[in-house]
Amino acid sequence: MIKVHLERRLVPSTIMVIGAPVLALAATIGLGTILFLGLGIDPLATLYQFFWAPLTTPNGLSEWLLKASPLILIALGLSVGFRANVWNIGAEGMFIMGAIAAGLLAIHFGEGAPVWLLPAMVAAGALGGMAWAAIPAFLRIWANASEILVSLMLNYVAQLFLAFLVNGPLRDPDGFNYPQSPLYDPSAMFSPLFDEMRLNSSIFITIGAVAVTWIFLERSFLGFQMTVGGIAPVAARYAGFSQARAIWTGLLAGGAAAGIAGMMEVSGPLGQLTPVISPGYGYVAIIVAFIGRLNAFGIVVGGLLLSLLYMGGESVQIALNIPSAITRTFQGMLLFFLLAADVLIHYRIRLGRT
Amino acid sequence: MTAPRLELRGISKRYPGVIANDSISLSVMPGEIRAILGENGAGKSTLTKMIYGAVTPDSGSVLIDGQPVTIRNPGVARSLGIGMVYQHFSLFESISVVENIALALDGPFDLRALGAEVSALSARYGLPVEPRQLVHNLSVGERQRVEIIRCLLQKPKLLILDEPTSVLDPKAVEHLFEVLRVLAREGVSILYISHKMAEIHALCDTATILRGGRLVDNVAVADVTTSDLARMMVGASIPVISRIPSICSPKPHLEVIGLSQTSADPYGTTLSNISLSVSGGEILGIAGVSGNGQQELLSLLSGEVLTDSQFIWIDQQPVGDMSVATRRQRGLTFVPEERLGRGAVPSMSLAQNTLLTDQTDGGVEFGLIKRSIIKGKAQHIIDAFDVRCFGVDALAQTLSGGNLQKFIVGRELGAGPKSADRCPAYMGCRCGRCGLYPSKACGSEPGGRRCPGDIRRTG
Repeated sequence: MIKVHLERRLVPSTIMVIGAPVLALAATIGLGTILFLGLGIDPLATLYQFFWAPLTTPNGLSEWLLKASPLILIALGLSVGFRANVWNIGAEGMFIMGAIAAGLLAIHFGEGAPVWLLPAMVAAGALGGMAWAAIPAFLRIWANASEILVSLMLNYVAQLFLAFLVNGPLRDPDGFNYPQSPLYDPSAMFSPLFDEMRLNSSIFITIGAVAVTWIFLERSFLGFQMTVGGIAPVAARYAGFSQARAIWTGLLAGGAAAGIAGMMEVSGPLGQLTPVISPGYGYVAIIVAFIGRLNAFGIVVGGLLLSLLYMGGESVQIALNIPSAITRTFQGMLLFFLLAADVLIHYRIRLGRT
Repeated sequence: MTAPRLELRGISKRYPGVIANDSISLSVMPGEIRAILGENGAGKSTLTKMIYGAVTPDSGSVLIDGQPVTIRNPGVARSLGIGMVYQHFSLFESISVVENIALALDGPFDLRALGAEVSALSARYGLPVEPRQLVHNLSVGERQRVEIIRCLLQKPKLLILDEPTSVLDPKAVEHLFEVLRVLAREGVSILYISHKMAEIHALCDTATILRGGRLVDNVAVADVTTSDLARMMVGASIPVISRIPSICSPKPHLEVIGLSQTSADPYGTTLSNISLSVSGGEILGIAGVSGNGQQELLSLLSGEVLTDSQFIWIDQQPVGDMSVATRRQRGLTFVPEERLGRGAVPSMSLAQNTLLTDQTDGGVEFGLIKRSIIKGKAQHIIDAFDVRCFGVDALAQTLSGGNLQKFIVGRELGAGPKSADRCPAYMGCRCGRCGLYPSKACGSEPGGRRCPGDIRRTG
């Protein structure tokens, strides 16, 4: 009988860092083809709709980047904490609180606001997210409360707080009693980059954040300390790296990024606060961070991929009338293979006889 | 003529980048006590793991009582009559002795009958153990007895002991040897893994010497001297270590005054009223069987665990409540026993590992890491301490234990040119082979500059 071994590599394979995602994609397409054939769906047409059709029009490209931008920004912030094993699951809540903090400024100034309003709103978004992130950080250090549970549960608090605001204090007086804030003045919004498309200048914030995060994680001493704390906590303790600082840095970075992403979403495509402002960006960004292997450039690829999956899923449902459960199964397959193929970076497969 | 109890013919095992065992052959007769002797990394553990079925050989054959066998897993090994006592015990702390033993048995068991059986065995071989005791109340010697009884219950024909005396005091060692001799007289073959020459002379009939994964020789212990064995094990005559008496500083660099501390770990050791003092130029050893508080004391000295400020003093300043980083600035450096995961980050390069404890000399500027500088420091340590590796970008986990140890010692002693005089106290833990780095470390002592104090634990 032939036995399959996994043998640990002496050093991680650089070929497989690129090769593993390619293999995962091939496996997904292979298994997906079998799945679609079994269901009597044309696999070629489906794969085309999934991976290519959304990107064939200028507007499709604009939507692709528009959705990828917040995912990438949030995942960049989360990766700082994840490097140090600080498990921030609360990006969704920080996204909402950032949007609210910036929204208060936008609504306060209304029409004819000063030119510095938009930069001030970016800062407010960051502070709102950081304030929300400070709660799990403080409780973790002061009471050793799990940041996973605290940050997760604060998501629901933030969601309900937003619902309260748009149903009450921030409701648009001229809004026919709909639970939504007044529309933002153009001075509180990012300007579209192209006519008739929703992609706006906020994407430059994300691009800047990619560079800053890369420098922080790969070149800064604080980033190094956090990475050591994540992969070898005992060594970090031996070296005297502060765990409290890692927790604060990790959570605040995640909060600032998610808060700005929330502000960008409302000051971009939405234009006003509504009871629901995130289609789950704060959760999907966790997957983006891991698909990107907690590396700034990897996260860009991960964000673009998940954004495409979002759009491809909708595209096949509309164009081919395929039930959403099938598209989610297909998305799940891709994510599963991507994470499973990672094992090949650190291990090689050996065949031997017993 | 009877067939050997166990015979290995040309057993080999490779791991990526290293040949752990290169065509090893040996045989053990019934009733024979055979030592397997070698330095750290000589391939002793891999060899025993293959005999016990925890690792599968790449090539070669194993014969038990003259019959070729394939030992696919430890269960097969046990059914063939092979028992193994590991160096690190695999007992559950919170349950009783007899429950621990029951867990290792295949199939159903009756706790009461098993308890009686344990008591009978313990009386017969002089291994006193109370079956209903909870394991966390036992001393290390008692725990080892539990492990041995657990093996004896299987009525082994071959018993493997991996460094069994590293945790025992001398009296317990003598007692263990008595038990092993009785077992050998009853016809049990014993493989005794060790690097301690005196024990091998006291106990073993024959010895198999391994070096760098290769078989050096199979000898009868009576025919060779201890220094012959040592030479075969190391591959060269062991250098004689001479120490120039050093000039001690008038005032102590490190003082511990009446240190008492309850361990945070419920199974840890509580320290009570410990005092010591080390002057510049002095080397202080801390002796004791492992598990008697050395770990706790070292963590308190290094600052990994904080205590009352008045308990620990560096250069007449209280530091008991100060962080690791502050103590390091005051000149305390520490080489921990655990190299991977504590002294070094396994998946990071040697250059990155210099940053763990040394951010001076421009290695970190404006919060950013200067890669050329940390690479230069790593290269300096590699050259000065003869660290065998692929270079400054080699991952710490790819170095052998001894080479990584040299690297860490080099880093802590501050191989960099400027830092040589900034370390009043240096703590090393279980240095083991003294021929290599301590001679270097102590070389600069008379000048009174480097590593004057050394707290060393003798396991």
